Amino acid sequence: MTILVVAEHENGAVAPATLNTVAAAAKIGGDIHVLVAGQNVGGVAESAAKIAGIAKVLVADNAAYAHALPENVAPLVVELAKGYSHVLAPATTNGKNILPRVAALLDVDQISEIISVESADTFKRPIYAGNAIATVQSSAAVKVITVRTTGFDAVAAEGGSAAVETVAAAHDAGKSAFVGEELAKSDRPELTAAKIVVSGGRGMGNGDNFKHLYALADKLGAAVGASRAAVDAGFVPNDMQVGQTGKIVAPQLYIAVGISGAIQHLAGMKDSKVIVAINKDEEAPIFQVADYGLVADLFEAVPELEKLV
Amino acid sequence: MKVLVAVKRVVDYNVKVRVKADNSGVDLANVKMSMNPFCEIAVEEAVRLKEKGVASEIVVVSVGPATAQEQLRTALALGADRAILVEAADELNSLAVAKALKAVVDKEQPQLVVLGKQAIDSDNNQTGQMLAALTGFAQGTFASKVEVAGDKVNVTREIDGGLQTVALNLPAIVTTDLRLNEPRYASLPNIMKAKKKPLETVTPDALGVSLASTNKTLKVEAPAARSAGIKVKSVAELVEKLKNEAKVI
Repeated sequence: MTILVVAEHENGAVAPATLNTVAAAAKIGGDIHVLVAGQNVGGVAESAAKIAGIAKVLVADNAAYAHALPENVAPLVVELAKGYSHVLAPATTNGKNILPRVAALLDVDQISEIISVESADTFKRPIYAGNAIATVQSSAAVKVITVRTTGFDAVAAEGGSAAVETVAAAHDAGKSAFVGEELAKSDRPELTAAKIVVSGGRGMGNGDNFKHLYALADKLGAAVGASRAAVDAGFVPNDMQVGQTGKIVAPQLYIAVGISGAIQHLAGMKDSKVIVAINKDEEAPIFQVADYGLVADLFEAVPELEKLV
Repeated sequence: MKVLVAVKRVVDYNVKVRVKADNSGVDLANVKMSMNPFCEIAVEEAVRLKEKGVASEIVVVSVGPATAQEQLRTALALGADRAILVEAADELNSLAVAKALKAVVDKEQPQLVVLGKQAIDSDNNQTGQMLAALTGFAQGTFASKVEVAGDKVNVTREIDGGLQTVALNLPAIVTTDLRLNEPRYASLPNIMKAKKKPLETVTPDALGVSLASTNKTLKVEAPAARSAGIKVKSVAELVEKLKNEAKVI
């Protein structure tokens, strides 16, 4: 059994999500190879080779693979996949974009967002916004799987010394082109990898009031998230959204401020170790999942909390 | 140009589902069903393209049980011109749905196919990408903005770090994200008119599609319940608990 992990990378290095995905691969068992596809990815391949527990790094360095366009990357993965028992990618927007295309080209069903490995062919995954957990068995010759990164502890980024091998294959479908991107800039930890997350909802009132959460987050070394209501109201950008349709987080501590706790929001954070809710409505559903609830006006409680931590 | 929109009948997003006692699945008897919220956004986008004069005809399609006709009628009331139901009794996996949609695409030859990014029941987020693979079309997933320009479509996508714009050759597949638009409500006169619009029913067999799947659901369980928490009286007590009891700060 040999497993291919499609690496997520950014700014010339392997992204943390890749380390969680390698951890899932290790639970399946067998040799693990990591594919690094992109343009000018020599540095990424070097950092990938240091990941603990992997046997080989495959590098496909080609202009066609820049920006991970699925029309070009999927045929590459399909060509390589034939020699593997499993193809895994993290359930990031890139992984979700590319892997189903790979699965369909291989004529197999994909298993999305696994949270545990039961055996080499059986996996658990949440459905219905996390209100049910399905155990799914795959009979596919090549099992195509995306991994919910919060379900697996990351493997060490250092300590390995895998061989690096170049893949010559170049697939350029010529059907799509990258035009541009607008990336949000933040000095705070990345939302999905942060140990502490402070999130705000509609109760924040406006975007300016998020400064209270940023101040608290900076004191705690936390990332800042938001509910859909806060994103739709234009308080903060959409990449801060936590929930069924946003990012899935499972930090040590999740502080929900002015968030009612709709099913769709809980889907993105209810696996957090400790949940704190600050809301002035004591009937808010968020209190049903919160370990510590504080019924208070957030504009008084958050600055006070910032002073005391 | 012709736009094809795929819609799915799912449990209403406000319903808190319960797992069946025998762990065979989720109890959907007597539960309110609706059009998947992302599919509503897909229908709305197609209707807006028609209002702008970009789309000439909107065909809405669903792969599912006979009762999915309700959701197709809803789409017709919102502005779709005609509907196709690929009737299949069982709960289908994404690849089977993508294959059925591929057969419809081959027949209808749309220039643009719009789907939701994921269905809120299976949470798969696969069908649009799989349909793109089977048809060989380019894909613009998680779209928050769609602009048709000549023989290309520019799609702004919601990605992990922000937004990305790609240009796709037509025909293309687009899957909708939440912020693409705000779906309209169907008016009563339009609901009445939708009853007269054409709705064709076909079977997967007639389309020559196999619904076989490589995935099998062995069981469905309720997630582990969180133990009940406590309410604290003050910020000071909260900080004390977080430091000394939970030890997370």
